[in-house]
Amino acid sequence: MPLSARNLAKGDSHEAVVVDNLTRTQIVQYAGASGDYNPLHTDEIFATQVAGYPAVFAHGMLTMGLTGRMLTDWVGDGRLVSFGVRFKRQVWPGDTLTATATVEAVREDDGRHYADLALSTTNQDGEEVLTGSATARIDA
Amino acid sequence: MMFARAIGDPNPIYRDAEQAAASECGGIIAPPTFVQASAQFDPDYPLRPKPGVPWHGSGREPTGRSSGSSGEGGGGSLHAEQHYTYHRDLHPGDVLTATARPGDSWEREGRRGGKLKFSENVVEFRDEEGELVVTARSVAVRTERVVEQS
Repeated sequence: MPLSARNLAKGDSHEAVVVDNLTRTQIVQYAGASGDYNPLHTDEIFATQVAGYPAVFAHGMLTMGLTGRMLTDWVGDGRLVSFGVRFKRQVWPGDTLTATATVEAVREDDGRHYADLALSTTNQDGEEVLTGSATARIDA
Repeated sequence: MMFARAIGDPNPIYRDAEQAAASECGGIIAPPTFVQASAQFDPDYPLRPKPGVPWHGSGREPTGRSSGSSGEGGGGSLHAEQHYTYHRDLHPGDVLTATARPGDSWEREGRRGGKLKFSENVVEFRDEEGELVVTARSVAVRTERVVEQS
């Protein structure tokens, strides 16, 4: 159900756990779906022995995709005008991510209503792995 | 649908034609980050193994290349930012043409990865009528060394 300007105010927020105990297999699944087979994401031996990371890690775009689920579940399908993120730290196998959207502004422009949202996705230690913003078209 | 599965999103708008037809979208749409999968259609996409071309993932050697290669040792390019602007919904059957152009580039000293070199890339996805569907702006960062874990 899309949001409506009448029932939405600055500071309102929506939160969802978007992945619980991220598996290496889901990272590989995302590699297959997106076409990005970078061995840093798909090859534990390369990631640890050659690149020097403690494990493979998730594509930033997987974290964005997971965050997008929280967003579209809240604002409704096909309602996004823009969606932008910054990747703050890596997401590792075993991580549990919680994504949050908070209303920054509810506004009207040329007779259409919009909500500007601030986005934050955190891991199980409360560390921010992604921040961002989005604008959604909402009902009057 | 494969893409929606990979991001763990069971929303029927991405797979159920009947239910999607009854929604305000009027049919199945693509998830907001779907154009990332355009890499599948880029014949020269560097992050996909290709027949007969050496791959830098592990095989007999951890680097995957023939022995003697020491690999890159760390550093390398990471995805720093991604921004999408949506002009209309993306539906099955749409044929998009992507046009990429480089944007700004800049440098700064990082806390964990040494000197950071940022570069921006803007991709416009247009439909068969030439109308904009999605604009994607990404920022890549090249680090001097492996990002230290804190």
